[in-house]
Amino acid sequence: MLIRKLGYSALTASLLLLSGCEGGVLDPKGQVGIDEKYLIVVATVLMLLVVIPVIGMTLYFAWRYREGREQEIYDPKWAHSTKIEVVVWLIPIVIIAILGTLTWYSTQKLDPYKALEHDHKPITIQVVSLNWKWLFIYPEQGIATVNEVVFPKDVPVEFKITSDTTMNSFFIPQLGSQIYSMAGMTTRVNLIANEAGQFDGISANYSGAGFTGMKFNAIAKPSEQAFDEWVLAVKHSPAILTDERYAQLALPSENNPVDYFGSVESELFNHVVMQFMGTMDHHEQSEHSAQMHMQAED
Amino acid sequence: MSLLGNLTLDAIPYHEPIIMVTLAVIGVIGLAVVGLITKYEKWGVLWNNWLTSVDHKRLGMMYIILALVMLIRGFSDAIMMRAQLAIATNGSEGYLPPEHYDQIFTAHGIIMIIFMAMPFMIGLMNIVLPLQIGARDVAFPFMNNLSFWLTASGAVLINISLGLGEFAKTGWLAYPPLSEMSFSPGVGVDYYIWALQISGIGTLLTGVNFLVTVFKMRAPGMKLMQMPIFTWTCTWANILIVASFPILTAVLGLLTLDRYLDFHFFTNDGGGNAMMYINLFWAWGHPEVYILVLPAFGIFSEVISTFTGKRLFGYTSMVWASGAISILGFVVWLHHFFTMGSSADVNAFFGVMTMIIAIPTGVKLFNWLFTMYRGRLRITVPVLWTLGFMVTFSIGGMTGVLLAVPGADYVLHNSLFLVAHFHNTIIGGAVFGYMAGFAFWFPKATGFHLNERLGKYSFWCWQVGFYVAFMPLYVLGFLGMTRRLNHTNNPDWNIWLYIAALGAVIIFVGIILQFVQLYVSIRDREQNPDLDGDPWNGHTLEWSTASPPQFYNFATLPKVHDIDAFTDMKDKGIEYQAPDEYLPIHMPRNTAAGMQIAGALGIVGFALIWHIWWLAIVGSVGMVVALIARCYASYVDYYVEPQEIAEIEQAHLANVATVKEELV
Amino acid sequence: MSAVPETLKFVPEHGLDTEHHDGGHGEHHDTSGNTLFGFWLYLMTDCILFASVFATYAVLFMNTDGGVSGKDIFDLNFVAIETAALLVSSITYGFALLCAHNQNRAGTLLWLLVTMALGCVFISMEVYEFHHLIVEGNGPDRSAFLSSFFALVGMHGLHVTAGLIWMLVMVFEVLKRGLGTQTVTRLGCLSLFWHFLDIVWVCVFTVVYLLGAM
Repeated sequence: MLIRKLGYSALTASLLLLSGCEGGVLDPKGQVGIDEKYLIVVATVLMLLVVIPVIGMTLYFAWRYREGREQEIYDPKWAHSTKIEVVVWLIPIVIIAILGTLTWYSTQKLDPYKALEHDHKPITIQVVSLNWKWLFIYPEQGIATVNEVVFPKDVPVEFKITSDTTMNSFFIPQLGSQIYSMAGMTTRVNLIANEAGQFDGISANYSGAGFTGMKFNAIAKPSEQAFDEWVLAVKHSPAILTDERYAQLALPSENNPVDYFGSVESELFNHVVMQFMGTMDHHEQSEHSAQMHMQAED
Repeated sequence: MSLLGNLTLDAIPYHEPIIMVTLAVIGVIGLAVVGLITKYEKWGVLWNNWLTSVDHKRLGMMYIILALVMLIRGFSDAIMMRAQLAIATNGSEGYLPPEHYDQIFTAHGIIMIIFMAMPFMIGLMNIVLPLQIGARDVAFPFMNNLSFWLTASGAVLINISLGLGEFAKTGWLAYPPLSEMSFSPGVGVDYYIWALQISGIGTLLTGVNFLVTVFKMRAPGMKLMQMPIFTWTCTWANILIVASFPILTAVLGLLTLDRYLDFHFFTNDGGGNAMMYINLFWAWGHPEVYILVLPAFGIFSEVISTFTGKRLFGYTSMVWASGAISILGFVVWLHHFFTMGSSADVNAFFGVMTMIIAIPTGVKLFNWLFTMYRGRLRITVPVLWTLGFMVTFSIGGMTGVLLAVPGADYVLHNSLFLVAHFHNTIIGGAVFGYMAGFAFWFPKATGFHLNERLGKYSFWCWQVGFYVAFMPLYVLGFLGMTRRLNHTNNPDWNIWLYIAALGAVIIFVGIILQFVQLYVSIRDREQNPDLDGDPWNGHTLEWSTASPPQFYNFATLPKVHDIDAFTDMKDKGIEYQAPDEYLPIHMPRNTAAGMQIAGALGIVGFALIWHIWWLAIVGSVGMVVALIARCYASYVDYYVEPQEIAEIEQAHLANVATVKEELV
Repeated sequence: MSAVPETLKFVPEHGLDTEHHDGGHGEHHDTSGNTLFGFWLYLMTDCILFASVFATYAVLFMNTDGGVSGKDIFDLNFVAIETAALLVSSITYGFALLCAHNQNRAGTLLWLLVTMALGCVFISMEVYEFHHLIVEGNGPDRSAFLSSFFALVGMHGLHVTAGLIWMLVMVFEVLKRGLGTQTVTRLGCLSLFWHFLDIVWVCVFTVVYLLGAM
């Protein structure tokens, strides 16, 4: 009885918890986030199958075999039962086997680097974490923004991420997976918005004094046309992100306002990555950046 | 460069009222303690019986005192953070600016893990382990004293950072490049490095010491698979210490070279690779959490089997489950950074390995359950902590497995969900275990009982406070709140932040009650003595000694035939047999060498933090000289004469007889 | 290894024959065995320390930041002599320990001094190599490769230096106290340490110099 009651209350509580959230990872607006939410729910329910009985049994056994209940059997030397031992090893093994399989396949499926299966060709956005703001470069559109990233809904977006400073983590909770931004390296995450709207974007890895203010708006436009209009508007912005302007931007600042650049130095992102990659000799280096260039162009 | 390196009067944070008030309070308390010791003329006792002691029981108690003091410090940090986050909502800045707040969360992590949990665990191990295996002391008593003082040196350094300079503003992981000179030019990270490095060496020596003790000094007849379960879990923890702490030493050493000599291990420029630090750090950091929790598992096993009046169910399973946890603990470190962009196969492998740890852990829970089955459970304070643990840790384990699913971790990583998870396991697992062990072995170590009622009040405050403080953090994690934020501006989060702050206050009451309990118990110690040394009808050898145990532990080494060696003796009716004659016992003398060596190393650390090079050289030379002097000291041991042993043993047996008569 | 005297009567030997590191209680256990086992465990921790730095070297040795790489700076002939000095010193230390077990004080001292001389040759050559590199502008601050090279080789060098200081202390101990149980145990620990450093060096020589010079 007690077990059942506890089970019910835990289940209802968790369901309430899961449904009551707005604006977090349990209120996803993109396919990746939806899959991840589903994964969380399935894994949690699977584990509750063991956890609830264990909690119930703990309380029940403690109550039933407490001191003073002389009617219960007392067996001080009983310490081994092969049957029970087999069962207590088997139960977690079975649950973990199921969970492990789920983990293996879901990890392949949700690999942030993997392009999303979609009819539409993805758009690429380059992301640079700076102290303490986010720079977004649109290589295909030739524009750049600070602390605001815009893309159309229902179009996959490939984010290429690096850092010009300490490590941060690029994260839009309602769209799904986050990924670290690290200097001298390019990480990737593929996301998509199923709905139009404005979502919170954050750095999810502490990076120093201005970390709290290192937020951005992620805006999914209702259509590609709306996105193109937005691009056009940004292009009209007189500011140009040259190397000099970038150097200025890279200086530490906190709670940076949203900013737009109508045009941007074409190789900027590669320069940011390559500045820390003096590791190869010059031949290799030029080849490498050529490769990057081609990637950026296609 | 001046004689004091970078150290100037500006290093004292005059402009920070919070810190200055804290310092004043510490100063007043310090002076009061010094005054009281002087008034009651206890300096001699303190020096001769405690500070220079090589007795594992005394050292264990000093470890625990250190842990309790650092608990106050670490908890003050915690409650300041919760207060800040409860105040700084809706865009308000709160009362702690980032440069102060960031130090607080860094210090909180380091203090709680390295200077609260570790000393608490090592303290309990010190008191209990040699007694459980029927040994007279650890293998290297002097080194044991040195270990304690190294830990204390580290603790002193971290506390100096409060009033002199600053502490690291990097988070307790001190990930580069943030912790490199280019982003953290202050002394904060240097305090972090040296406090951790020095105490880490102490812990490493402890690991070596206790492994030799366990493998070489068990009582006659005690096979490895007859060692008490707490001894076994400590042994696994010590194996983990010996295998993982050198990695910490190495990674801190490399960071030191980066910061002091302009090396390029983890810097952005020069070809450095910060990912290497993160990998190495967690190759230590993950085993570290098992180092904390495995001994706690051992404590729960002892408590449950003692208070149900039964043998532990599935002893062999328990031993191998602990072993499996230890070994698997080394192949899961990557789950701390699934979001670094490793390939899906790598992430999936580490995710599955992590989950596999849930299997032996689950087995342990079931074994505790079946130990209760058909027992007679006495609901005492240690049992309450244990039951609280079993419920709480099940939840913490579940959220841990959830985080081990890379797909889930991609959205929960670094969120307050993660913060809630590791507090759920470290408080609900390790700390509850230490509290259980504290209440369980307190009469053994001191000779009198803790006040049971206050202990229960304290437990309930902790238990309720824990849920009120941390369940909201799970919710906040789902709501997308990341960790280490200084202030928030999201109305949906406010209510949960308020509840969490309330929870911290409830835990605070629990901590106060524990100190009240200690005070009341010490005050009433005459009324609540533990006369015969076996207050709970214990199973293992520590309960066969007097409370507090004789300084030589065992007049004659016990012969062991069973896992529950003392129960076995009681069953055979031979538990309190005096031998025909006592033989002299060879004992180590107290020594101040441990203090000298560790003190010198502490000075070296301090000098290096402030770039006072001459002092660093003086300190290093002093340390080497003290070490060599110790190696050639001639007045290091003595023999306890049979006469003295006989008197002590007869007094104990008389006490046992008195208790038995009262029972009849 | 001889144990602590089995007689439990108080023998005022000025602590000569009793292990004071462990303050063993003289009953049922062999304390010099404890010391050796404890020291062996310590060596295992040291091994992990080296392994961590080796791993770092393996990750970083390509990261030359446009500067020199291994094949530009390693002189295998030079390092071969250095290696030979250290390997031979391990053998001579073995002779010292044999003499110690045979209670041959003069032989022990002689072989210890030979070992120290060889150790000093090794360290001098290493210091020369480091100095040369730094003067040429290839110091540890130049690149991650050089950082990890200096750290790995330097850490081994510091261990050897510590071993030499320890050996010097042991020379005085043997001179003053002869070859009591404790002294022989200590020589045994130092022997483990010295051979261990040899093994580490073989790994350094192979991984850093041989593979690096290729």
